[in-house]
Amino acid sequence: MSRDLGSAPVPPVSDQDHVRGPADAALVIEYGDFECPYCAVLSARLAERRLRRAFRHFPVRSSHPRAWPAACAAEAAGAQGAFWEMHDSLFADQGRLEDPHLWERARTLGLDLERFDDDRRSEAVVARVRGDFDSGVRAGVVTTPTLFAGGRRVTGLIDAAALDGLAGG
Amino acid sequence: MITAGSAAPEFALGRADGSKFTNADLKGRTTVLVFYPFAFSPVCTDQLNLYEEVLSEFEAEGATLYGVSCDASWSQTAFKDKLGVSIEQLSDFEPKGETCRAFGVYHPGGFPQRALVIIGPDAVVKWSYVADSPGDLPGANLIFDGLQSV
Repeated sequence: MSRDLGSAPVPPVSDQDHVRGPADAALVIEYGDFECPYCAVLSARLAERRLRRAFRHFPVRSSHPRAWPAACAAEAAGAQGAFWEMHDSLFADQGRLEDPHLWERARTLGLDLERFDDDRRSEAVVARVRGDFDSGVRAGVVTTPTLFAGGRRVTGLIDAAALDGLAGG
Repeated sequence: MITAGSAAPEFALGRADGSKFTNADLKGRTTVLVFYPFAFSPVCTDQLNLYEEVLSEFEAEGATLYGVSCDASWSQTAFKDKLGVSIEQLSDFEPKGETCRAFGVYHPGGFPQRALVIIGPDAVVKWSYVADSPGDLPGANLIFDGLQSV
């Protein structure tokens, strides 16, 4: 059975999503990839603003060969309650995304390493990352970073004024 | 540009091995021609990377994708290798743009419009799309919409 990748609206945030930020702040849904340098810059810019942020995976193998393993590592960390810690760790240092680097990050975050390694290779984690990716494809995401905010889709690095606009001033 | 219901025109595009891909190669299977402006340009890079990521799903829909540009086969092969994609590239290099013109997607600037054409196993166009601007990147979802509509 093939996946349905025809057009569909971007799914609203659910309890399946990774979300952080004040509940009453403006919501941005980010489709990103941990090997994408623009995503790292945008993530840092978003962190400076009062926003409620949801992160969804959009790894593209041919441009970023370590994007999939990094996404799965973040999900495996999430299974131990440390998604955002791994998210921040990966974006803070994108030059070190090989397996030993992922183990080192997991160790630094105090994760159960054996469980982390099993989880990041599990079907459930792969399905989760693919689910995020597919929802992005269906919503017309073509590259990273892509933000959905206030009913709009914004692609690429956006400048400070536009980010302030998303944050409501 | 060419629209649904039209028979695919006679054409010949260069393959990397020096042979030609012609109207006869359309018969018996669904073909998606992805016309893109230039090898190595930023938007074309994102486009082929994205389509590569969902290539198995195009195959599951019974469709074979090809990239088409006016670049020489050598340039297309270098582009394909640089990206690490497997989507076969077809060259409209000489006579330059002749196939693009036949499909109505030749840009006056001397390159293909960013366009998508789905052709059925009977060599009849089932669906086509041209981006408003060569800088606009059509999402893979549009191709799946096109495949599901035929």
